[in-house]
Amino acid sequence: MSCIDTIQSYAFRSLGFGERMLPRTDFTLCEHFTLIGSGMIWNVYYGVLAILTGFLFANLLAVAKNSNSRWARKPAEWFIFLFRGSPLFIQFFFGYFLFLSLKGVSPMFNPLTSAALGALIVLFLNTSAYSAEIFYGALRSIPKGDVEAADAYGFTGWFRFRRIMFPTMMRLAWPAYTNEAIFLFHATTLVFFSGFPAWRQKGDALYYANYFADKTFNPFVPYPILAFYFILLTLVIIWIFGVINKRLNKHLPQAAVKKLKIRPNLIR
Amino acid sequence: MLPLFPTWRATLRHPSALETTRKRPAIFAYCSDPSVLDGLPWLSCYLTTGKHMAFYASFGTVLLLLAVTAPTALLFGLGGAMAARARFALLRWFGKGYIAIVRGVPDIAFFLFFVIALDQGIEWLRHKVKCPDWTEPVRQGSEFLVCDIAKMPLSSSPQWVHEVYGFWVAVFTFAIVFGAFAANVLFGAMQAVPRPQLETAEAYGMSPRQTFWRVLMPQMWIYALPGLSNLWMVLIKATPLLFLLGVEDIVYWARDLGASKTARFTAYPHGDWRMWYFLALLVFYLLFTRVSEVVLARITKRLSRGQATLDGESQRKNAGSTT
Repeated sequence: MSCIDTIQSYAFRSLGFGERMLPRTDFTLCEHFTLIGSGMIWNVYYGVLAILTGFLFANLLAVAKNSNSRWARKPAEWFIFLFRGSPLFIQFFFGYFLFLSLKGVSPMFNPLTSAALGALIVLFLNTSAYSAEIFYGALRSIPKGDVEAADAYGFTGWFRFRRIMFPTMMRLAWPAYTNEAIFLFHATTLVFFSGFPAWRQKGDALYYANYFADKTFNPFVPYPILAFYFILLTLVIIWIFGVINKRLNKHLPQAAVKKLKIRPNLIR
Repeated sequence: MLPLFPTWRATLRHPSALETTRKRPAIFAYCSDPSVLDGLPWLSCYLTTGKHMAFYASFGTVLLLLAVTAPTALLFGLGGAMAARARFALLRWFGKGYIAIVRGVPDIAFFLFFVIALDQGIEWLRHKVKCPDWTEPVRQGSEFLVCDIAKMPLSSSPQWVHEVYGFWVAVFTFAIVFGAFAANVLFGAMQAVPRPQLETAEAYGMSPRQTFWRVLMPQMWIYALPGLSNLWMVLIKATPLLFLLGVEDIVYWARDLGASKTARFTAYPHGDWRMWYFLALLVFYLLFTRVSEVVLARITKRLSRGQATLDGESQRKNAGSTT
C-alpha cells in the first residue's frame, strides 16, 4: 500500500470515515503519521470549542469573583477552587461516571456519556476556572487611574466595563491566557485515558500513538511523531494569539508591550 | 476504552495477587455474615474489607511518591539549571535542551514515553553486560527481546518485586519530567538574583565557585519559591497519572472497588458506585491542595526574612518598629 493509499484510507479514521480496521502488522512510518495526525482532529476539536465557550464563562466568573456581593463572589470562588485544586484526570473520571449515573435517570442524558460531548463539558468547566483566575488577576491590576478617569467622564455600569475595563483586562491577561490555551490543548490528550470510551477506535492523537507503542513495543517512533504534531499546534496557537495580542496593544508604544513568554504550567 | 495498563506491564501481573488481599479476616466480629446486616453496620464492614485496606494503603503510595519525587526532581532541576549556566558549551546545550524539551509537548506523552524507554533502556544495558554473546537483534519486528537473565525484574521474582520495580520506574519518570520543570524555575531564579549582590562578592575576591555557593545559592530560593510552589501543586495534581504507569494507585482501586458487584462474587453486592469513589478522590485532592497552600504561604514568609525583596524589607521594618 503506497502512502497516498494510506492517507486516503486513514486520514479521517478518527471520525469514522475510511478503512475500519487499524493496521495490525508491518507498521509503516506513513501509517504512523497519518493515523496520529487523524487523531489530532479530536484534539483540535476539544481545544477550540473549550477555549471559545470557556472564554465567555471565564469572563463572567472573573467579574463575579471581583463582585462586592457575597452571593456572586462565593460561588465563583468555590467553582474556581474546585476545578483548579483537583486534577483534571480525576475530574474526567468523576464526570464520566456522573454522566453514566445520569443516564440511568433519564435517556435524555445519553449523549453526555460520549467522549465528544461529555469530555468537552469537563474541559469547558476546567478551562473556565483556570482562565477566570487569570482574568480575575488582570481585573485586579487594571490601573486605578483608568477607572477613575472613566468615573470622571460619567461612565457607569455595563458601559464602563465594556469600554474601559474589559479591553485593559484582556490586554493584561493575554500573555497568561495564551499559556492557558497551549496547555488546554495538551490536556485534551487525557480524554481517552480517563474512562471516556473511544467508540470503534475513534480516538485522539495520543490514543493512536499509544496504540502503535503497544503494538510495536517501540515508543521511539509514535511519541516523537505526536510531539512533532503538538509542537506544530503550539506554534499555530502562539501565532494566532500573537496576532490578537498585537491588536489589543495597538495603541501602546511598542516598547511598553509585554513580550509573550511561554511558561510551563503543565498538568492540570 | 483503552487497556487498563500498558500491555507490556500488564503481562507481569500475577492474578493471584488480588486473591491474597481478599482472604483477610474481617476487622469487626459481626462482619462474618454481611448479608444480614443493614445501614451503618453494613457500611462499617464494607469499608474495612481487605480490598478497602489496600485502597487506603494506596493513598500512602501517592504520598510516598510525592515524598521521594519532590527532592529527586529538585536535584535534577538543580543539575539542569547549573548545566544551563555552564561555561562549557556542550554542557550548556544539554541543560538548555533539557529545559526546552518539556515546553512543546503534552506531559502525559512524556510519561508514557519515558516509562517504556526507561524500562527498555535498563533491560538493554543488562542484556549487553550479561549476555555479550547473544547474536540476534534486540528488536525483532514488533518484539523487544532480551536474554532471560537480563529481564528486569527477573520473571522468577515474586510479585512484590515487580510492584516495587514498577513504582521506582514511575518515580524516576516523574523525576525526569518534573526535574525539567524545576530546572526552568531555578534557572530563572538564578538570573533573578540582583547583579550587585554577585558583583560585591567578586569585589571581595571570591572565586566564581565561592560566589555561586555562598551568595547566589542562598539568595535564589526566594525567587524560585513562587515557581516551585506552583510546581508542587502541579506535582500533586500529576499523581493520578501513576495509574497510567501501571502502579496500583488510588485511581486503580477506585475503579476496581466502585464497579458494580453481584452477590455471586462478593459478600457486599452493590451497584455502580464509581462516581462516589471518584468524588472521594476529588475531595482528597482538594484538601491536600488547601493544606499545601497554607504551608507554602508560611514558608514564603519565613524565607523572605532578611532578603532584598519587598516582603523582606517590610518584615525588617515591622521588626524594627516593635523593638
